[in-house]
Formats: sequence, C-alpha cells, structure tokens
Amino acid sequence: MSTIVTLPNQQDAQLPKLSYLNSEYGLKSWLLTGDHKRIAMLYLFSITFFFFIGGAFAGLIRLELLTPLPDLVASDTYNKLFTMHGVIMIFLFLVPSVPATVGNFVIPIMVGAKDLAFPKINLLSWYLYVAGACFLVFALLNGGVDTGWTFTTPLSTHYVNTHVITAAMGVFIAGFSSIFTGLNFIVTIHRMRCPGMTWFRLPLFCWSNYAASLLMVLGTPVLAITLVLVMLERTVGIGVFDPTKGGDPILFQHLFWFYSHPAVYIMILPGMGVISEVISTFSRKRVFGYTAVAFSSVAIAVFGFFVWAHHMFIMGVSNYSALVFSLLTMLVAVPSAIKIFNWSATLYKGSITFETPMLYAFGFMGLFTIGGLTGVFLGSLGMDIHLTETYFIVAHFHFVMVGGMLMAYLSGVHFWWPKMTGRMYPESMSQLSAVTTFIGFILTFFPQFIVGYLGMPRRYHAYPPEFQVLNVLSTAGASVLGIGYVLPMLYMPWSLKYGKIAGSNPWQATGLEWQIQSPPLTENFIDIPIMDHEAYDYDWLAHKTEHEVTTVG
Amino acid sequence: MDSQAIATGPADPHQEHDEAHPAYLRHHFVTVDQQRETASFGMWLFLLTEIMFFGGLFMAYLLYRNWYYDAFVAGSNTLSIGLGTTNTAVLILSSFTMAMGVYSAEIRNRKGLLTSLSLTIFLGLVFLGIKTVEYHDKYVEHHIPGASFSVEDFVHPADKRDVPLAPDMAQHAQLYFFLYFAMTGMHALHMIIGISILFILLYQAWHGAYVNGHTSTIDNFGLYWHFVDIVWIFLFPLLYLISRHPLK
Repeated sequence: MSTIVTLPNQQDAQLPKLSYLNSEYGLKSWLLTGDHKRIAMLYLFSITFFFFIGGAFAGLIRLELLTPLPDLVASDTYNKLFTMHGVIMIFLFLVPSVPATVGNFVIPIMVGAKDLAFPKINLLSWYLYVAGACFLVFALLNGGVDTGWTFTTPLSTHYVNTHVITAAMGVFIAGFSSIFTGLNFIVTIHRMRCPGMTWFRLPLFCWSNYAASLLMVLGTPVLAITLVLVMLERTVGIGVFDPTKGGDPILFQHLFWFYSHPAVYIMILPGMGVISEVISTFSRKRVFGYTAVAFSSVAIAVFGFFVWAHHMFIMGVSNYSALVFSLLTMLVAVPSAIKIFNWSATLYKGSITFETPMLYAFGFMGLFTIGGLTGVFLGSLGMDIHLTETYFIVAHFHFVMVGGMLMAYLSGVHFWWPKMTGRMYPESMSQLSAVTTFIGFILTFFPQFIVGYLGMPRRYHAYPPEFQVLNVLSTAGASVLGIGYVLPMLYMPWSLKYGKIAGSNPWQATGLEWQIQSPPLTENFIDIPIMDHEAYDYDWLAHKTEHEVTTVG
Repeated sequence: MDSQAIATGPADPHQEHDEAHPAYLRHHFVTVDQQRETASFGMWLFLLTEIMFFGGLFMAYLLYRNWYYDAFVAGSNTLSIGLGTTNTAVLILSSFTMAMGVYSAEIRNRKGLLTSLSLTIFLGLVFLGIKTVEYHDKYVEHHIPGASFSVEDFVHPADKRDVPLAPDMAQHAQLYFFLYFAMTGMHALHMIIGISILFILLYQAWHGAYVNGHTSTIDNFGLYWHFVDIVWIFLFPLLYLISRHPLK
C-alpha cells in the first residue's frame, strides 16, 4: 500500500552555501576533477551536444523522405547522413546517456559512497569519449562515412572510399570509455556500499546499471578487436574477413553482433533503472516484486549475450542455429515483461501524481511495450525474413531506443535535475514538452511500422509514390518531436538561474541521494551513512520526516 | 571524525604516521583494506575485458584452423620452434621475477624490488628482441602476407617432410600468417605497454614508493604481467605446435 506523503514546502528551501558546484572555480577545476558529479556534468554537456548533431542528421533524413523523389540530397550523401546519424546516436549518445550522466551522478550516492571506486579512470573515460568523438567529428568534416553504423564487411573494407578508418578508430576509443564506465560501476557497487547497504537494499537503478555494466565490460572488447581487424584489413590487407583470401565476412557479423546486440541492452537497461525509481517515487509505493525486477535486469544481461544471431537470419546462418537463436530471442521478452508488469502493479493503488518525470515514464512504458512486442515479431523466423531491412525494423528499434531510452533519459534528467543543480525545472512547461515528445514520437514512428510492413526498404533516399502519405506523416511527426526536444534545451538552462530552489528532497523520494543537500557536497556525505531500511521504504521516510519536524519544533 | 580527516587533507604531515589513515589512502575509501580490495577487483575485471578482447582473435583462429587445417599445419611448421620455446621460457622466467617483485614489495625490501623490476624489464625486452628476429625471418622467407607472399613455398616445399599443398590451400596459408601476426602482434603490444609501465614503477620504486605497505599498484601490475604471460602460454601451442614434424 502506498503511504501518504506530503511534499515539503519549497518556499522555505535555501541553496546550501557550499556544494560541489562552488567548491572550486575555473575551467581547470572542471577539466581535471575527480568528482563523479562534475564528470557527470561534463558528460551531460557533451552528450547533449552530440544528441543535437545526431538529431540534425535525422531531420535531414526525414526531410529527404518527405517526397518520393531523390530531390534534396544525392544518394551518397543520404548514405552518409544515416550512417553518421546512427554512429553518433548510438556510440556518442545512447550508450553513455543514462550511465555516464545520471548514473555517474547518483550511483555513488545511492550506494552511500563518497565517489566512484576509480575517480581518475572515470575522468579518463570522459576524455576517451571526447577523443573518440573528435575522431568521428574529423571523419564527418572530411566527408563522412557511408557504410551504415554496422561497418559491414566487405562493404566497409573493400567497396567504399570514405573515412572508415577514422570513424572506426573513433568508435574503438569511445568503446574504451564505455568499458571504463562499466568497470567503475561494477567495482563501486561491489566494494563501496556503505554499512547496512545489502544487495537487496540497493535501489533498482543500481541493479540495472550493474547489469548494463556487465554487458559493457564483456561485450565492448569484442567490438574493439573486430574494428581493429576491419582497420587492419583496410590498411594492410589482412584478409580475415575477405572471401578472396579465404576469410569469412559472416565472421565479422558474428563478432560485431556479439557486441552490438548486447549493446541495445546496454542502452535500455539503465533507462529501465530510471523508470523503477520514478514509478516508485510518484506512486509512493515500494516497487512491486523488487527481487523479480532486480533479477530480471541480470536475466536480460545474461540472455542478451545469446541472441546475437537474430540479426543474421537472412545472412546464411544454418537453419538449426536460427531456430535456437529465435527461441532465445523470445526468452528475452520474459524478463522485459516482468519489468513492465511489475511497474504496472506498482502503480496499482499507488497515490499517483503526474510530475514530468512520471509523464516520461508513462511514455516509456507504452512505447517500450510496443517496441518490445514488435521485437518478438522480428525474432520469429518467417516474419523476420519478410520484415528485415524494411522500415518495420527502423520503427521497432526507434520505439525501443527513442521511445524507450530517450524517454527514460529525459525522465531521469528531470527527476534528478533538482539534485544536480539545486533548482526545479519549470513544471508546466516541461509537462508540455513531455506530452509533445510523446505525440511527436508516435506520429513519427508509428507510420513507419505500416510503411515497412508494406515493403518500403530502409536506407534508400527514394521510394514508390504510394508510400508518400505515411512518410509525410512521419516527417511531420519528426518536426513535432524536434520541438519536444528543443524545449528542455531552452528551459533547463533557464532554470539554472530562475528555477525555484528545490530543497534537499522535493519529491519525498527515499533514495540516499535525496537525504543529502541539493546540490550535494563534493564528498556527498558528511559521515558515511548507515542503511537501516529497505529501498523505497516510504514508511521510514514518513517517520523520518515526522521526527525531523519534532526536533526542529 | 572522518570528515575532519578529509578536511585536513593529505598534505597534513601527521597523517604519514597514522596507521588507520596513511597518506596513500585515497579520500573516498574508508579503510586501507577497502582500497586494496577495490583496486584488485578492478584489475581482475579489466583482465576479463582483455580476455574478451583476445577472444575475438581466438574465435577467428578457431574457425580458420578448422577450415584450412592443412595450411595451418604447413604455416606452423615454418616457425622456429627453438626461438618460440626460448621465448616461452623467457616469459615464464619474467613472471617469476615479477612475482619476486611483488614479494619484495610486501616484505618492504626496496633493493629486492628494484632488482626484480629491472630483471622483469630485461626479460621483457629479450622476449621482444627474439620476437623481432622471428618477424625478420618471416620477412626474409617471404612469409609476410600480401603481394610478396611466397605461395610457391607451400606448393613445392623445400623440406621433404612437408606435405605439398594444392595452390588454393597454399593461398590460405596467408590466413594463418595474418592470424600469427595479429595475435603475436597484439600480444607484443601488451608487452610494450607492460614494459613502459614497468619503467614508471621502477622510477617510482627508486624514489622509495611501494615499500611502505602500499603494494597494491605492484600487485595489480603483477596480475597484468602474468595475464600477458598466460596469453602467450596459449598462443605458443596454438601457433607453433600444430602437428609438428619430429626433431625440426
């Protein structure tokens, strides 16, 4: 049952005199910081920047597809547009999005530690991210890459003459940034928990980031070595993926998807963690089936490693292995469904309020469910052969990645914004942007399911005229979606100066991060806390608040 | 109390002698034990990523060895088993000296530490030197894959004990040498990185570090060094010992 919690009166709230934001000044104090909160901020700026670059490419793609004729850009340019859109969005936005910003900021506080286990490696991971991004920007400015984000051989090794090596190098380096983030999280969650913080008292955000970190640590190195082989093949002609020398391009597919399928769970799992926190906070109830939700994250991570070949059903893998991979793919739906059901059960009889993070979370639940279920379509062999390489696939993964992950990311950023900055974002404005995003999203990507089912292939800049209506709908939706994303870009910086002062716990949430001042001190805690209650224990919080009132009074 | 210890900062000279808060205890750890365990856990996890990194190459090796077994046998037989064995011995010896380094750091023996680290560097360089000789031999024999690769050597082998290969299979011997160079090259890169770090550790140890009870950097570097050694232990039989001729 939910506990009735009254929100604190924010009129009395004051900004603390000392916090991580004003403990030191100057560019150097940011660029050489070891503080996980400052590094989270560095990440927040950089990934927002690349999100808008990637978004601009998406805008151009949609603009080209407004008409059936190839009239806006040449076909080569179009190939470069969707490649750079994919590479930037995946490696520079989605993979680091929640873990490197929100996760970096709150995980050490959630487990009751003063910092991540390896602050310098954390900073190094940001620098690696920037270095990788520089390579990609360099490739971009020099004419781009047109292999698709998958760097498929032998196209990438023999048939294109664009900056494949530079781009692959960028992804290689950015990959190490993600390895180090994952490594840091795993070690922190294992070794830095405060007294009394048992594994089953950890907030679910930690569990899902832990599971995503396992994938980062085990999967990314395989991508790294694969890209090294691609680069070597282009430079010195090493023939591992070259059929004329006896190599096998399918081996590239296996190695690439061995990382890149788990990578979609790297992208979605931290988002699921955000949703668990937000749903619980705004229904004022413990997450229903905490243990099931926690283990479903781990289950997704484990199953995630054994489904990669479902990207290869049309590439000549054996029928028997396709059968097994199809079955395993369906199995991933089970832990994902457990999460959705448990969040719904959490809402049941909760005292729900509709603040912005919650609106985004609702968006996530709806869109992720559609994205997930269409994933089951694509996991079944017959359907997949009909639908793969069509816009159905595009719609499917955008429902999961944009409808799911981006909603979760925005939910998380809004939810923890008061903690990060000490100030509230403007509520009604942000509710408007949440709703705009949702409507824009549905309008953009739902028609793509239909147009894909009807047979429109992906990655072409022209299409038969009968698909135009659906494509116009999609482009119109993309414009609405764009507005939905620009709004937070405007009001979030605005709120830094003009937002209401938040106080330490504006949502009356239970996590340890809400029990300290906002914005926190550099060391997070004055004394290392002792955890004496379960996660999401609203009775404990209500009791604590009462107690505080009596001591003050 | 804890917060005061932080407020005074590591510059406070009194902390040098404080057993619970020695100078090397980083601010975000509560105890020295926690710091040590954390560092070691992080290193093991990093080695796990390294296993996955090499794993991609081993996967490629496994596949092509099964497809082109005869070419792999022929390629393997051209490698010098003498140099390979010597290198294996050198590397295992360097792991021993590294282990002695860790031991010396633990018993706070500065001289022993310096000697062990120097020996490890020396043996590492010997390994790389022998590797260079082997690479050079391959160059002389035209066994470096590419335009100058001598397919003829495998179709009409000079050594009577070698089985002649059909021309298309002989082409695939290139794939063996691709993997030979990629795998030993990646291993050698790890050796070079390791030796560079060893020089830094040696410099720091020269100035008295790691014999004050804070040994975890040396411990963890030791893990890395042993890992690189173990990779070689797998590479050696996989690359050098495929269906060897007797007494060659």
